[in-house]
Amino acid sequence: MESFLNRYRNITILLLVIFAQLVLLAFQVKNDQDVRFIRVWTVTAVSPLARIVEGLRGSGIGFVRNYIQLHDADAQNRKLQAEVDRLRIENIFLKNELNTAERAKALQIFQQHTPSKTLAASVISTGLGTSRKVIYVDRGTVAGVMRGMAVVTPDGILGKVEAAYPTASEVLLVTDPEFAAGVMTADALVHGTLHGQGSPVCKVDYIGLEDKLAPGDQLYTSGDDRIFPRGFPVGAVKSVSPGQPFKDVTVEPSGPARGLEDVLIILEGVHQEIPTAPTSTEPVYVAPAPPGNATGTPATPGPGAPAAPPGTEADRLRSVYKAVGDEQQHTFGEGLPGSKPPDFTKIPVSGAPPGFKGTGAPAAAPSAPSAQKGTGPPAGGPLRQ
Amino acid sequence: MSYSGSRMLLSSQRESQVTKFRVWVMLAVPLTALLFQVYVPLFFRFLAFLDMPLLVVVYLALMRRSPVAGVLLGSIVGLAQDSLSKNPLGMFGITKTLVGYFAASVGMKLNVDNVLMRFLLAFFFCVFHQAFYWVMERALLRHLSQFEIQTWLVYGLLNAVVGAALFHLLDKLRVTA
Repeated sequence: MESFLNRYRNITILLLVIFAQLVLLAFQVKNDQDVRFIRVWTVTAVSPLARIVEGLRGSGIGFVRNYIQLHDADAQNRKLQAEVDRLRIENIFLKNELNTAERAKALQIFQQHTPSKTLAASVISTGLGTSRKVIYVDRGTVAGVMRGMAVVTPDGILGKVEAAYPTASEVLLVTDPEFAAGVMTADALVHGTLHGQGSPVCKVDYIGLEDKLAPGDQLYTSGDDRIFPRGFPVGAVKSVSPGQPFKDVTVEPSGPARGLEDVLIILEGVHQEIPTAPTSTEPVYVAPAPPGNATGTPATPGPGAPAAPPGTEADRLRSVYKAVGDEQQHTFGEGLPGSKPPDFTKIPVSGAPPGFKGTGAPAAAPSAPSAQKGTGPPAGGPLRQ
Repeated sequence: MSYSGSRMLLSSQRESQVTKFRVWVMLAVPLTALLFQVYVPLFFRFLAFLDMPLLVVVYLALMRRSPVAGVLLGSIVGLAQDSLSKNPLGMFGITKTLVGYFAASVGMKLNVDNVLMRFLLAFFFCVFHQAFYWVMERALLRHLSQFEIQTWLVYGLLNAVVGAALFHLLDKLRVTA
């Protein structure tokens, strides 16, 4: 017996090791559970080294940039970039508030709306695997990250935290085949489920054949998945074709558009309203208003109406609503949900937004060009939508 | 003692001497390979084709010429690679265990100091790794991934080219008598 084991020692050990791993594999597949402690050991062993290497790389690049080539211009550039990113998010937030004011829900939204609490993180490595799309970021449970938290960039959603370790977290990217998120169009009429495909383009399931969706339409998170707060940009529809029983829709996600280096983890998500205007940065030419058009000539206010402030039409619209609130001694941003909002039916005739039909507005008031619907810029100038 | 050789086959068991490495080399080299695999493609995407953990397993198993050591090395590196991926633990583990075993077995029969032999073995084991992983995905996970033999061959060729150079560098870490 002993000689038999000695003779076949190598093959015996091979079979034992493979059998043990097969049992491990079967356990995971059958119970749909992960053997977490092995992953924790490996990530804990690798992530400190990755941080050191990343630190050395960043230090080396920073030294060359800061002290040899550009001195402190790089630091200033990074600061300005961060400022631009912050302003872009703030801009989306402000656009949402202005648009919702037009639908007389502004008060409730203003009262309840607070920006999401986020945590900045750097990508320290990519995941392995043939078709898997995961990354690791340098923030973990110590920083308050938990499994299931949403990960975004200023351009849109990027993924969700799949596993949180003490010093790092694994993020499942939006392009991974296992990723899914609820999405909808800007007007909230079409809802669907975004799925990754293992390629740069994602697909959207459950879009009915009767739903109106066209290439170029912007999609936003719907918040139905309880992971991503509503209102974050997802991407633009790339193609739409009829299928059975639903339409075949592909989307180019906007989140990873500028590369994977710095991300934001949403620690406390806050739902936002969907902007009615697409977030494209392409300028759009708006022709001058016809002569005598009251909505296009805000420089001729009616008697008794407050003078229109300078700026865009959105600024004027906001000031009108603010003036009405001040007149009724209402302070915006205060009060509990359900409390009495100001009476917007008492808006002065000349100050009413285009298309407004309150009690004070004459029925003959001309409506604004439908393409801009009260949120456009001064006529005759380029508009950044 | 010369490590280079022109013959492909070893004439006797005596010639297949075990190559020794220091303990820190056996730990640091696989760990560095894993780090390379998760970190470098982040900045150089065109290097994502490289499977450094596989090349390291093949080299160490070939040079150690011990099937048991090859099995243990392959399983540990494979499980670590699984841990850093979305795979269930064992997919890379089983594949690399087999690679380690077969590489060590081949190392006892062939002259693995020969550059051409190293190139061919690296190519063979890279393609074998891809093919066996594909079989495991379909059989155990029921993933309907594509049978891409042309991709595997190109992948094997590129890895073999890098592997031949890498093996030469790793030769410097051997303990010389």
